[in-house]
Amino acid sequence: MVSKTNTRKKKASANWEYSAAPESTDHISLMSNYDLFIAGKFTKPKEGTYFNSINPANETNIAKVASAGKADVNKAVSAAKVAYENVWKKMDPSQRGKYIYRIARLIQERVREFAVIESLDGGKPIRESRDIDIPLAAAHFFYYAGWADKLDYAFPGRKTKPIGVAGQIIPWNFPLLMAAWKIAPALATGNTVVLKPAETTPLTALKLAEIIQEADLPPGVVNIVTGDGSTGEYLVDHPKVDKIAFTGSTEVGKSIIRALAGSSKRYTLELGGKAANIIFEDAPIDQAVEGIINSIFFNQGHVCCAGSRLYVQESVSKEIISKLKSRMENLILGDPLDKNTDIGAINSKTQLEKINMYLDIGVDEGGTIYQSTCTIPKKGYWCAPTLFSDMSQSHRLVQEEIFGPVLVIQTFRTIDEVIAKANNTPYGLSGGVWTDKGSKIFKISKEIRAGVIWANTFNKFDPTSPFGGYKESGMGREGGLEGLLQYVNLY
Amino acid sequence: MINNRTIDQVGAEERVSRLFSRSIKKESKVQALKMILSMIDLTTLEGKDSPGKVKQLCYKAAHLHDQHPGLPTVAAICVYPNMVPVAKVALAGTNIKIASVATAFPSGMTTLSAKLKEVRSVIDAGAEEVDMVISRGKFLSGDLEFVGDEISQVKNACGAAKLKVILETGELVTLDNVRRASDLAMNAGADFIKTSTGKINPAATPVVVLTMLEAIRDHYLQTGHRIGMKPAGGISTAKQGIQFLVMVRETLGQAWLTPDLFRIGAGSLANDVLMQIIKQNQGNYQSSDYFSLD
Repeated sequence: MVSKTNTRKKKASANWEYSAAPESTDHISLMSNYDLFIAGKFTKPKEGTYFNSINPANETNIAKVASAGKADVNKAVSAAKVAYENVWKKMDPSQRGKYIYRIARLIQERVREFAVIESLDGGKPIRESRDIDIPLAAAHFFYYAGWADKLDYAFPGRKTKPIGVAGQIIPWNFPLLMAAWKIAPALATGNTVVLKPAETTPLTALKLAEIIQEADLPPGVVNIVTGDGSTGEYLVDHPKVDKIAFTGSTEVGKSIIRALAGSSKRYTLELGGKAANIIFEDAPIDQAVEGIINSIFFNQGHVCCAGSRLYVQESVSKEIISKLKSRMENLILGDPLDKNTDIGAINSKTQLEKINMYLDIGVDEGGTIYQSTCTIPKKGYWCAPTLFSDMSQSHRLVQEEIFGPVLVIQTFRTIDEVIAKANNTPYGLSGGVWTDKGSKIFKISKEIRAGVIWANTFNKFDPTSPFGGYKESGMGREGGLEGLLQYVNLY
Repeated sequence: MINNRTIDQVGAEERVSRLFSRSIKKESKVQALKMILSMIDLTTLEGKDSPGKVKQLCYKAAHLHDQHPGLPTVAAICVYPNMVPVAKVALAGTNIKIASVATAFPSGMTTLSAKLKEVRSVIDAGAEEVDMVISRGKFLSGDLEFVGDEISQVKNACGAAKLKVILETGELVTLDNVRRASDLAMNAGADFIKTSTGKINPAATPVVVLTMLEAIRDHYLQTGHRIGMKPAGGISTAKQGIQFLVMVRETLGQAWLTPDLFRIGAGSLANDVLMQIIKQNQGNYQSSDYFSLD
């Protein structure tokens, strides 16, 4: 007979919390000072000014980064021009491809290091930087490396020529990924680059400069100038720059077009968004709820294609909202380096202030606010996942891009009503539709004016797929074959 | 309350992979491992089972690894009907429950009256929990009423014993079917819903478990009743066990993290869990020779 020595534990349910699981930072190498990357070398800025890149999760300084003035931008553009004329445009395309493949492989080998630095510098959860940002950046280099020696087949019956020096200005929400989106197609088509990373997140671009050195890319083919908005302006205004590629706010995008008016410079702009995510009553409900979470809380909502306007068919709105709230309670907010973190830090103080301003506006305008009850760390910049209901098209929160973890919910009754509302915005970058019926998916994707419509999913990116906006969300496409077109002249 | 909504397989699998990316370390891992042990329905369901084999299993159930004090026992042992009396004697004086499969396990291909008779007999023999199978043929032919009615009648025959309803999800194939069968079983009186017999592949796939957990959550939201969940079949590693606990915690909440509401049907899972517990405690893995094979 079995003795009674081991009795069963008490039956009451356990309170099981996840222990901290921080990704180690031992393996990363960061310098305390970063200079400008010009003509293959790290070069001190002429005026000798530096700014701090800080960790938004705890407000500590990570490194000092050079601020490029007009003279520095001149130098970088000249280096790019020389490299373009003397080396890069003349190089056999298959050789160019080899360099780009090399960059791709080096990024892939150092995924962990890049992921940790991306999360330190920008506040995004390590789960995202490790699984999405960095692998996708490598994938873009791989994809465009493949095109380098096949350009004759890209546009049937046409030949391609590079444009020249591309001035590229990228945002802080996906720092390395945006650098890859910009640099890879430019290099594959034979252009040279001056890249300006965002002021708050320059570090992974500077680490990319190290990789570019390691890959032995000819000096001047890629130059990286860090700084604030004025550095970007010098680049936009520079007479020897042949093309501007910009990703960022619609406001800055408009000023760039004004500055370029009358010049022969080409440009592509990827600007803001206020995407509609549409849930029909026949949608797979639990997967739709998960899709809503991914559409707005991915990267703290710092996503230009975020599904920030949620439209739910009235018959399922109660269920969707209640499930959404309980799903939000499961989101873990905190240390971006913790492998279990779902919601990291807001990228900067400025951005947090902007988000908080919108929260106040939403409440003032009579919206009903719901925030998940997570604990907010004392230091750093944080915003709990937020829902606003009782909102209409006339509310500012429905009209303006917040660029934070703030979702605005409206209900609808018919498909025509929701299409009209979804299109009732100056933006047109992306959209989502959730339904079991293919016919609804086709109708929505045909009638909503946006660059991408995701069906029964959201925020899916692939280097082979073009990305870009209608209306005030921008012009030109990045990614895929269409991405090549922005960096070539056809003849 | 039958949910006619669809489940998107791709989306459900994405949710699973996100849940599985949770990193369970240190104290939370030790706590999880001990929870897993306490939730095991230690199972032997083979044609070659004998009283000797069942006795050995019962001893193991109560003495998982005596060298390491402070371990829980498993929740229950799960055997064929004719082994219930053996288990009853072997487990006397412990808190370990006796579960018996019934209703012509694993196929369920017999008459309702024979099924009810079998259920009554295992309860008379001392089974405290009954693991029944649903009539998959009837389900797939669309006769949901028949299936629901059968479950209700078995539930009545169970009396105070807990009823676990095996859906045999490997034969239901689609997640829509899994969801519909889960709703049907819960509405017909199941205390637990269980994935599989262990005789059919695939068995407790993560996406099926998630679908059933979501059905349980919706049932709770609609009725206020907490139904239990039991994945079974092909579960042999501690890692799988931890992944299930993560799914339960984030789908149903902490209230379900108890052997009263969550069980894992397995014959060989315990030793891997034990090995992990010892590793957490001593810092390195021991040879499997140090863990008893019962």
